[in-house]
Amino acid sequence: MIRRTLLATAAAGLTLALGAPAMAQDDPTKACFVYVGPIGDGGWTYQHHQGALALQEEYGDAVEIAYQESVPEGADSERVITQMALSGCDIIFTTSFGYMDPTNNVAAKFPDVKFEHSTGYKREHPNVSTYNARFYEGRAVVGHIAGKMTETNKIGYIGSFPIPEVIMGINSYYHHAKLANPEVELVVTWAYTWFDPAKEADAARAMLDQGVDVITAHTDSTAPLAEIGKEDGSAWGFGQASDMAAFMTNEDGTPGPRIASIIDDWSPYYIKRVGQLMDGTYEQIDSWAGMPEGEVVIGEMNDAIPDDVKAEAEALIASIETGEYHPFTGPINKQDGSAWLAEGETAKDGTLLGMDFYIEGITGDIPN
Amino acid sequence: MDLSNINPILLIASIMISATPILLAALGEMVVEKSGVLNLGVEGMMISGAVIGFIVAINTGAPLLGFATAAVAGAVLSLSFGILTQVLLSNQVATGLGLTLLGLGLSSLLGKPYEGMKAETLPKLDIPVLGDLPVVGRMLFSHDIMVYLSLALVVAVWAFLKYTRAGLILRAVGESHDSAHALGYKVVRVRLLAIMFGGACAGLGGAYLSLVRVPQWTEGMTAGAGWIALAIVVFASWRAGRVLIGAYLFGGITVLQLNLQAAGLTWGVQYLSMSPYLITILVLVFISSNRSRSNHDAPATLGRTFHATR
Repeated sequence: MIRRTLLATAAAGLTLALGAPAMAQDDPTKACFVYVGPIGDGGWTYQHHQGALALQEEYGDAVEIAYQESVPEGADSERVITQMALSGCDIIFTTSFGYMDPTNNVAAKFPDVKFEHSTGYKREHPNVSTYNARFYEGRAVVGHIAGKMTETNKIGYIGSFPIPEVIMGINSYYHHAKLANPEVELVVTWAYTWFDPAKEADAARAMLDQGVDVITAHTDSTAPLAEIGKEDGSAWGFGQASDMAAFMTNEDGTPGPRIASIIDDWSPYYIKRVGQLMDGTYEQIDSWAGMPEGEVVIGEMNDAIPDDVKAEAEALIASIETGEYHPFTGPINKQDGSAWLAEGETAKDGTLLGMDFYIEGITGDIPN
Repeated sequence: MDLSNINPILLIASIMISATPILLAALGEMVVEKSGVLNLGVEGMMISGAVIGFIVAINTGAPLLGFATAAVAGAVLSLSFGILTQVLLSNQVATGLGLTLLGLGLSSLLGKPYEGMKAETLPKLDIPVLGDLPVVGRMLFSHDIMVYLSLALVVAVWAFLKYTRAGLILRAVGESHDSAHALGYKVVRVRLLAIMFGGACAGLGGAYLSLVRVPQWTEGMTAGAGWIALAIVVFASWRAGRVLIGAYLFGGITVLQLNLQAAGLTWGVQYLSMSPYLITILVLVFISSNRSRSNHDAPATLGRTFHATR
């Protein structure tokens, strides 16, 4: 009896699910997303998913979204992307650097499907576009804050992998910390992972144990902030990719370990691109937007930051947003002392995207 | 490079914390394998323990209760594996992998509302006299209770397997279930108990991650720790003392390489990161290269299905 009811319900559900698309006049545009971590990472993947949800919100029934979480970079991702292309996706966003070759490989086989690869540089086929955000603009602002906030004059950076994206962030962070505080010294620790909360916490712990008191992370979880929080207000960190507002204020009302954050906001880009696809103006592009376009946002600064430093940070944000200041403006030398940017010269995008050197003052080598 | 930045006291203290989750999980799995059962669901039980321990600790404000519930949850989850493999005689490898998938999915479902919340963590014990000792006080005697519980558990498991009759029966079941059955021992019951112990330990290990080491719930937060625990059991050739060494080695190398990096060493860090895995492969090669040695080490009926009527 119960079983029969269940079956009937299931059948009704199935009819509904199958019936709905058939009744629609046109097929909705299907936008698909490949995520490197779980949506619940509270950072990178979470923000991409927020962008996907904003896309759904914007166009309603005209757009259908689909996604897959925790897709390993490399060969596995090629299978996932192929599967998506076969399942009727019109546009596929692959949201991690390691999906670069798989995305291009699949794109060759599905010329009618649009592919958008995040943080990469390969566009081997006309249906592959790349998009990225100028995170180094955000790193400049938190670097300035870090330089002002450190008392030990040692600031830290948890790197994920030694790729240009991360090296650019390290250079920007250090450069602005140094401008704010000439005494500052940078410690870089490579975690060799995008997402492993325990290891990220260990990396933060290792630096804290060695006297580092301001840490920014280039990994995806909130674990470094939790570890910094154990220092009870003698060390500080930043939200990465997402606002991580849970760490802004402690339960007793004192300022929490997250003093500011760099937020990735992908929604303007996703809405724009899918909109273009629907109205037929879609073209292959290489997009690299930042704070002026609202793709990189600095989250609310908490009260651990003194008012004058807040004001300086606000001024820096404003000057980047209006485009009047480029975070890589000379004079900047390379690590070995050779000149990179002359006085007043700004970095070219090509150099930044292939960045494989530290700037002067950073100690240590970039691992291969 | 400035190695003087590394404070050995803090380094060892953080290694102990970092190794505790995998130590607990590996110790439990070792007992399970000693009874002749291969449970590949450690990762799934760990992450379930992590999420349930966290949820209970948030709602009650009592982290110890969180640990207790996590242990029970791990045991219950492993019991489902036990019933499937021991009573219904399903394939252990497939069922174990299924358990991992179930645990990962279940935990992300249960944990959704708890993302970004902060739980009460375990206080550091204030051990009189010992804790005040210079150097060793900070290094060894200022941890939370779970660190010491995990160490006590190593000793207890070692003594149980070596000196008690029950331990002998468990080993007998793992070495030859048919002989043990012929002698009148309840093979299935012994194995179910071992599986539940393994589940409880994995649950505790997971809860240690979410309540002490990281202290927060993040989906997928075990990030492969359960698989490392499985590797440690092989590395340790099924001995409690070596499980301890293995877990501290794995945990230690991770922490050490991060500390070396923070001190400015950049060369060879990748090699150091992969060394525990290399050592495990070498141990496996070493074990399997010699037939007589392999007979001494791995429980003889590991992974084999037992059917009493045969």
